Amino acid sequence: MGKYFHVFKIGIQNTLVYRVNFLFRALFGLIPLAGTLFVWRAIFADKGPDAQVGEYTLRAMVSYYLLVTFIDALTAVAEDDWQIASDIKDGLISQLLLKPVDYLTYRLSLYFSGRTTYTTVALIPVSLFAYYLRDYLVAPADVSTLGLFVVSVILAAFLQFFIAYAVAMLAFWVLDISTFIFIQFAFEYIASGHLFPLDILPPPLALALKFTPYPYLSFFPAAIYLGRVSGTELWQGLALQVFWVVACYGLARLLWARGVRRYSAVGG
Amino acid sequence: MTWLATLRRYAGLYGALWRNSVTRELQFKLNFILWIVVELLWFALQLAFMSVLYSHTESIGGWSKWEVVLLVGCANFVQQLFTALFLVNLTDLSEHIRTGRLDFMLLLPVNTRFLISLRKVDLGSYVNAAAALAVMVWAGSRLQLSPSFGQFVGFGALCLVGLMIHYSLMFLLSSIAFWTVRAQGIVWGYYNLFNIARLPESAFPAGAFRVVFTFLLPMLLVANVPAKVMVQKLSSPGEWLLLVFMGVACYAASELFWRISLRHYTSASS
Repeated sequence: MGKYFHVFKIGIQNTLVYRVNFLFRALFGLIPLAGTLFVWRAIFADKGPDAQVGEYTLRAMVSYYLLVTFIDALTAVAEDDWQIASDIKDGLISQLLLKPVDYLTYRLSLYFSGRTTYTTVALIPVSLFAYYLRDYLVAPADVSTLGLFVVSVILAAFLQFFIAYAVAMLAFWVLDISTFIFIQFAFEYIASGHLFPLDILPPPLALALKFTPYPYLSFFPAAIYLGRVSGTELWQGLALQVFWVVACYGLARLLWARGVRRYSAVGG
Repeated sequence: MTWLATLRRYAGLYGALWRNSVTRELQFKLNFILWIVVELLWFALQLAFMSVLYSHTESIGGWSKWEVVLLVGCANFVQQLFTALFLVNLTDLSEHIRTGRLDFMLLLPVNTRFLISLRKVDLGSYVNAAAALAVMVWAGSRLQLSPSFGQFVGFGALCLVGLMIHYSLMFLLSSIAFWTVRAQGIVWGYYNLFNIARLPESAFPAGAFRVVFTFLLPMLLVANVPAKVMVQKLSSPGEWLLLVFMGVACYAASELFWRISLRHYTSASS
């Protein structure tokens, strides 16, 4: 365990170099978010003061988007998938294969260090933005809701990483996987609840999405926080989230094992 | 007639750049098609988002569903044309500066800004621009629009102004690379701005956000004004005059900054 903690610490030092870059990214990311919130405000204004969309009031809607932004800062893969793919393509994994290091755990440690730095930097603009919107924010119902929200976000982080890792494994078979990363990301963007809360979709569509891992990346933790899932539905959801984490972990391991067998160590 | 000769010379040059780009793209045919798919997917995503919004409301800031589809189409049309002509070239600029390859370009007997801006052509984006055009036609037929010749001309001209604004602003941002080597982050940040260009500007209340994105980075004008010409939403000619004015101002600012930056250039090598 100790060696991976070292990897984590080195990863933090490496990513600190990009702190200004991270700040710009977080700052620029708030522009489309503000745009979306203005559009929602216009929709609610047209419908009257006590209007609801689905079961969302304007306050719940604004809170939802801020939660998703916050979860995104904590869990999104930034460069990890690209780096893994180029490690494979350029033959850099050779030197790691020779060391007593498990590549997946190694990358996971780096992912956590990247997220730690990014979240710390992004917290400045995001909390200022949240302060600006303070009148619209709702607090979680009770402490246990908050606790379950934290658990769900941690699971989402693992899920996010394993999905990215599995996609990056395609680099063993395909020379340039950037299109695959973008196609996967497009599905993730809409089906994880990034663009809008999934429960304002027509019910059959929302139900169909529940059978994919995507809602457990953003929508589900946010729904826990806002108290939109409770009782058996909540426990079922958490169980499914754990299932997807395990399934994607298995897939990531399987693809790695298959890939390494094909691996020809280009570039030595 | 020297200007005509210059024009012909530059047209010939651009033709050669085109042929180069075609050869380059055809080396990786599958990748070429997959990139088109990626862009179409993101375009479909924006339309899906709007259709979800309109399943809960009749209008956003006075815009009906199909009017917004036309707006999203228009924003994407301008964005794809920008990508086809300029995007890669502008993101490459910081690399030219970092490696000193810019020296070589400065020595060539052509306008350096022309060469930097138009070196590579992104062919796939023309396909995506055509898809955006098709969506606009579809929205127009749902709205039962029958635009006059004047509307078509005005729409086309204002789209070109929007294109010029994207180009000038991105060129200005790329030129920051003359001062700091790590400018790529700033350039990619511009991508976030495309996101607000496709929203109806009347949804934005008067305030700092609206002022910044109308008079400083006129994102709320680039697609909104041409789309308004098509759906006859222009309240006064002042709106399109403002877009044209902002287009000229952005271009002038980018040219000024480019000249100042070039004077500051000290080359990376030797």
